Amino acid sequence: MSTVLILADFVGEKATKATVEIATAGAGIGEVTALVLAPVGKGAAYSASINQGPVSKVLVIESDDFTKHGVAACADALAHVIGQTTPSAVLVVSHAFGKEVAGRVAMKLKIGIITDAVEVAADCTATQLVFGGSTTVHSKVPAGMALITVRPNTITANFAPATPSIENTNAPISDCSKKATITSSQPPVKGGRPELTEANIVVSGGRGTNGDFATVEAFADSLGAAVGASRAATDAGWYPHSHQVGQTGKTVSPQLYVACGISGAIQHRAGMQTSKNIVVVNKDPEAPLFELADFGVVGDLFAVLPPATEGVKARKA
Amino acid sequence: MREISGEEWPFWLLASNLASMKIAVCIKQVPDSWAEKKMVGGLLDRANVDAVLNDLDEYAVEEALRIAEAHGGNEEGSANTVTVISMGPERATEAVRKALSMGANDAILISDAVLVGADAVVTAEVLANVIFKGEYDLVICGTESTDARMSVVPAMMSEKLGCAQLTFASKVTVDPSAKKVLITRVTEAGVDEVHGEFPCVISVVEKINEPRYPSFKGIMAAKKKTIDIRDFASTGAEFTKSWSAVIDAAPRPPRAAGVVITDDGSAGQKIVDFLSEKKLI
Ligand SMILES: Cc1cc2nc3c(=O)[nH]c(=O)nc-3n(C[C@H](O)[C@H](O)[C@H](O)COP(=O)(O)OP(=O)(O)OC[C@H]3O[C@@H](n4cnc5c(N)ncnc54)[C@H](O)[C@@H]3O)c2cc1C
Ligand SMILES: Nc1ncnc2c1ncn2[C@@H]1O[C@H](COP(=O)(O)O)[C@@H](O)[C@H]1O
Repeated sequence: MSTVLILADFVGEKATKATVEIATAGAGIGEVTALVLAPVGKGAAYSASINQGPVSKVLVIESDDFTKHGVAACADALAHVIGQTTPSAVLVVSHAFGKEVAGRVAMKLKIGIITDAVEVAADCTATQLVFGGSTTVHSKVPAGMALITVRPNTITANFAPATPSIENTNAPISDCSKKATITSSQPPVKGGRPELTEANIVVSGGRGTNGDFATVEAFADSLGAAVGASRAATDAGWYPHSHQVGQTGKTVSPQLYVACGISGAIQHRAGMQTSKNIVVVNKDPEAPLFELADFGVVGDLFAVLPPATEGVKARKA
Repeated sequence: MREISGEEWPFWLLASNLASMKIAVCIKQVPDSWAEKKMVGGLLDRANVDAVLNDLDEYAVEEALRIAEAHGGNEEGSANTVTVISMGPERATEAVRKALSMGANDAILISDAVLVGADAVVTAEVLANVIFKGEYDLVICGTESTDARMSVVPAMMSEKLGCAQLTFASKVTVDPSAKKVLITRVTEAGVDEVHGEFPCVISVVEKINEPRYPSFKGIMAAKKKTIDIRDFASTGAEFTKSWSAVIDAAPRPPRAAGVVITDDGSAGQKIVDFLSEKKLI
């Protein structure tokens, strides 16, 4: 059986839900080996968190170069392991870091790269949604190994418990890859709410909130949702930039996206257009986002959301 | 000895005190974001849509100009030059011209029939070869092209050039005499301070600056500038073969028209009904 190599994705010392998703996608192609790149002394903790999903083997490399030199050092390690294990496909999570690592590996090994797949078939054909989700594209690397980055929250993860074998290895990091040095790192501030890109439901606020996100947050909390924001709201300082949804923010594809006081600029749509269900609340009946709404309300979000919040709570009680 | 006039001397003083910088900006012409896009034979139909300078690359042009201006300028005779580099059809001269009218000094456009449909690996290979020959100190890019949305070309060029990758910068500080660059990197993984030395590849996020509008003077000056159009062979790039291929493309069925109601006091409850009907709660 062919092997599929996945680059395990972590927040802190914990493997993310997206790691389980790419493992699930990989298992459709072959036997999954997860590569764990950890700081020195952390390999055991990192690999222990790979306890879900169809992963048969974990390969661990410990090096402080990964935190010190970031993308380039991680790409060296991934390329080295690809050379050693000759997998039929390599899957990486599609976020800035994952795409850059994959990009460098593609350049190094002269192999094809497909980004932002929402589905990967057994023959490594990748499905992508392009042009703001208006077009479905099937792409393939015609010969040799496929290197595919997979968009989080688009593949239904198989959370079955995993007990992979664990093996330590190492990889040379080139001098060129040490030319950029990270001198300080600040992880994003974690609130109590679900992660935007992982959430089943996202409730977002825009300029229409006029800076008051409490109403949007209350509705989000009634649904157990993540909170997003338009660029108008993050630029105004009303909500942290890390919550921006859109072309230059995060791309989300939840089961439900609720947009409150957001007009629907093309750049905002680019980040939420592939949501399965879209609810829009906006005072202006002409707001372009109504074009995408499965359910739209022309009205004041401060009048509409509180009874909706109460209604959801009552339904759940 | 030639007398240096009062008007001239500050310029000489500046130029002698400053290390000069050769800055390259990579820009791409893309279909207008609002344009309806179609795939023809596995490729984006670029011929029949309005094309513009990738708006995320305007921030790269602006940042290059600001870096030059902060360290002696890029006017004729001053320390620095800003060169626009683009790969695309001949029509991409329009986008290149826009970058020139913002204030870039000169431009190179790599345009060749063999590059039609080039993937990211090929694009990065070609651009990196041109950059290598030009011996630029800084290469500044946008974070993504709005058509392909891959966000990989800057990282790939840095790999090929074997130089520091300083990408997703919301702030860039350059010290030309020490040849050092410090950036603030912002991604979903948080905020990092990253430093490196010349030469390096930088990509900038849209929060970094407010791109200038070309001035009338700039537009007139740009009309006179020649764009150095090069073919594939002149770049010395090793390959044109793309490694990834589109098998098919089809428009998705348009979203089924939804229901839009006007709030009469009951809309909150109607949202709840909709959510429960869709089994979302
Ligand atoms: C390079 C670039 C990148 C960008 N990237 C992004 C991005 O990643 N994400 C993003 O979101 N934007 C992005 N933008 C900005 C985008 O173009 C829009 O400016 C932005 O999305 C507008 O935000 P908004 O809808 O909240 O504000 P507006 O367009 O001002 O809309 C506010 C809406 O709220 C409604 N409203 C007002 N009061 C109420 C009320 N009480 N109740 C209900 N409705 C109300 C109004 O009718 C209006 O429709 C980008 C722009 C550029 C140039
Ligand atoms: N054909 C091209 N010509 C010049 N620069 C490009 C080209 N393609 C991509 N770039 C640069 O690389 C950045 C990222 O592009 P991409 O990886 O395609 O999303 C862009 O913002 C440009 O700065």
